Amino acid sequence: MEANLSACPTYHAGAEPHPTSILDPRQQSPDNEKPAAPTSSHPQLQAHNDHTMAEAPKPSSSVKLVLLGEAAVGKSSLVLRFVNNDFQENKEPTIGGETLTWHATAAAFLTQKCNLPTRTIKFEIWDTAGQERFASLAPMYYRNAQAALVVYDLTKPTSLVKAKHWVAELQRQASPGIVIALVGNKLDLTNESGDADSEGADGDESGDARKISTEEAQAYAEEESLLFFETSAKTGHNVSEVFTAIANAIPETSLKSTRGPGAANAVSRGGDEQRVNLNGPREAAKEGCAC
Amino acid sequence: MDEIAPEYDVIVLGTGLTECILSGVLSVKGKKVLHIDRNDHYGGEAASVNLETLFKKYGNFQQGTEPWKAYGRPADWNIDLVPKLLMSSGELTNILVSTDVTRYLEFKQVAGSFVQQNSGSKATIAKVPSDAGEALRSPLMGIFEKRRMKSFIEWVGTFDANDAGTHKGLDLSKATMKEVYDKFGLEAGTRDFIGHAMALYLDDTYLDAPGKAPESIERIRLYGNSVARYGKSPYIYPLYGLGELPQGFARLSAIYGGTYMLNASVDEVLYDGGKATGIKATMGGIEPEMKFETKAKFILGDPSYFPSKVKVVGHVLKAICVLKHPLAGTGDADSAQLIIPQSQVGRKNDIYVACISSAHNVCPKGYYIAIVSTIAETSANHHLELQPGLDRLGKIEEQFLGPPIPLYEPLEDGTKDNVFISKSYDATSHFETTTDDVRDIYRRATGEELKVEGLREGLQVSEE
Repeated sequence: MEANLSACPTYHAGAEPHPTSILDPRQQSPDNEKPAAPTSSHPQLQAHNDHTMAEAPKPSSSVKLVLLGEAAVGKSSLVLRFVNNDFQENKEPTIGGETLTWHATAAAFLTQKCNLPTRTIKFEIWDTAGQERFASLAPMYYRNAQAALVVYDLTKPTSLVKAKHWVAELQRQASPGIVIALVGNKLDLTNESGDADSEGADGDESGDARKISTEEAQAYAEEESLLFFETSAKTGHNVSEVFTAIANAIPETSLKSTRGPGAANAVSRGGDEQRVNLNGPREAAKEGCAC
Repeated sequence: MDEIAPEYDVIVLGTGLTECILSGVLSVKGKKVLHIDRNDHYGGEAASVNLETLFKKYGNFQQGTEPWKAYGRPADWNIDLVPKLLMSSGELTNILVSTDVTRYLEFKQVAGSFVQQNSGSKATIAKVPSDAGEALRSPLMGIFEKRRMKSFIEWVGTFDANDAGTHKGLDLSKATMKEVYDKFGLEAGTRDFIGHAMALYLDDTYLDAPGKAPESIERIRLYGNSVARYGKSPYIYPLYGLGELPQGFARLSAIYGGTYMLNASVDEVLYDGGKATGIKATMGGIEPEMKFETKAKFILGDPSYFPSKVKVVGHVLKAICVLKHPLAGTGDADSAQLIIPQSQVGRKNDIYVACISSAHNVCPKGYYIAIVSTIAETSANHHLELQPGLDRLGKIEEQFLGPPIPLYEPLEDGTKDNVFISKSYDATSHFETTTDDVRDIYRRATGEELKVEGLREGLQVSEE
């Protein structure tokens, strides 16, 4: 959907009429006179636009969600399950030149809407793209994130240790109000079938690959005020529940601004009218568009 | 800890903007990239730093004191080390859009572009006119000059390098810009703001260069088109500072398989028969340090990684100032560029003042960051060279003024040793020369022209 929108260039950022320059004859095309249409392909502007859409049934807000967790715990799989309701059995690891195409597809920038009774949350899901491998995540990654999914593999104890590290890192670097969900993935490898609704089994039965008990992880989550779920990206068990719970946990107040807590500072003189959407006018200038 | 591959297509040293754009583009094109920086943060010389880091970098405080604590949370400050703005119709914008890096960044307009006339107590500041209408209202010119300026700007708009009918009878293969100005009978002051505040030349050498008129006209058009795009000024600026730009391109590279490693120092560049073949490096910040060796077909890097392969071509002077008020004469603009043309203050090079504020999330509310810069013309008393710019700032809360900053260029084009070195960020107020350098390095290193249009098409996924 995003890709389609970007082909539709009639949106003009900073909707005020601007002086038409005679230096650029293209600026005098009739396109320029069209009223601003809410067709921004720029996700940051999406939330703002949604409010202006007459057909929007309820308020909609964008929420930046970041993914963190040890390699191979199923971060990308969880997101793919959530976004496409899809699972790839022998998916290659996300990182490394060999799996370039898959990675580019998966990690680039996924969005998914989550419909709540009173509002719609649009998740902009950021993958680390492997930059955490050598401790090289950029501050940009945490910037204005309103939610984080910290994933571990409940068959692998070290992955919970790593998850705790990421929780601490989020508490240090991210916005103070960030909603963090701790997610134990690969429930399908335990005796509790991910398909069934069996809950709360402690996983001590023989043949069970579970190495981290529900109680242990839950206790930690409560201590740090994290949401907590056990999921299976493979079967889909509990996956949409995680995102719905996050959507519900995000305070109404932080949704008012376009872009999380940081955006509040930006609104001073001139405020948001000075924000620009680079994609819109640029493409309008390049060539005519059918839409 | 993960393993480093035994071989990459490219190793990139330093995470400045030039390097990160190249990494991003090369990764999208399918090259396997290892990108290293000796610092623990992205951006190199083009980073944005917080106030505490800035104090420590300049060392202008008494040991044992913590002056940054008087300015709110250090993390609320993102102070650019290189004072530049993006031309909204410039090449960097083009690259940002073509690569979709716009998805990671938010931009705002810079509220105004201004130029100074006269100096000292007679100095006045006026908005740079960008179209014929503004020219007619501008206080920079008298009534007759306004008309001449209007007809000049209209001519620039219709000029076509390939259509001699639009050349006003001039032979543009030989004509100088001075001759063009003469043709329109423009006064010296008008030439000054056209050449320096619109064409953004740093000095007056462009005036007498034969055959350079089309380039000058192109630069004036870029200015006009950039203003026309959003209306207030030709410039846009990323929220949270310019340091976001390299981070955005690094993310692009990583998404396409690029490997990133901060805190890693290069111990040795390996050569075979005069050609670079790889590096030995150490990643710090972890226990124990990780030493590794890896190969690459070629190496890109900023000048600081190759001190013996670069030369100094000039020095930039720069004073970073913290203010509690907007620039006088700019109508309380939350952001502005002010150009003080060299001739107005008896210099050879212009003085630039770039001012941004909390509107761009680079400092807490109520503060402004103004950076005064110019090319050094003397070997001492550099603060005096910046003084005409500093005079425009009013009360300065904090001032960070270091020694002249050397500008480097590579000695060779890299084809002999497979080491392709970027240029330092120059004294211009925008990134057009940076993107020129990106294209130039790309061409030298790959033997192809860099085409960014449609770069990510076909790899894009539909969502939802």
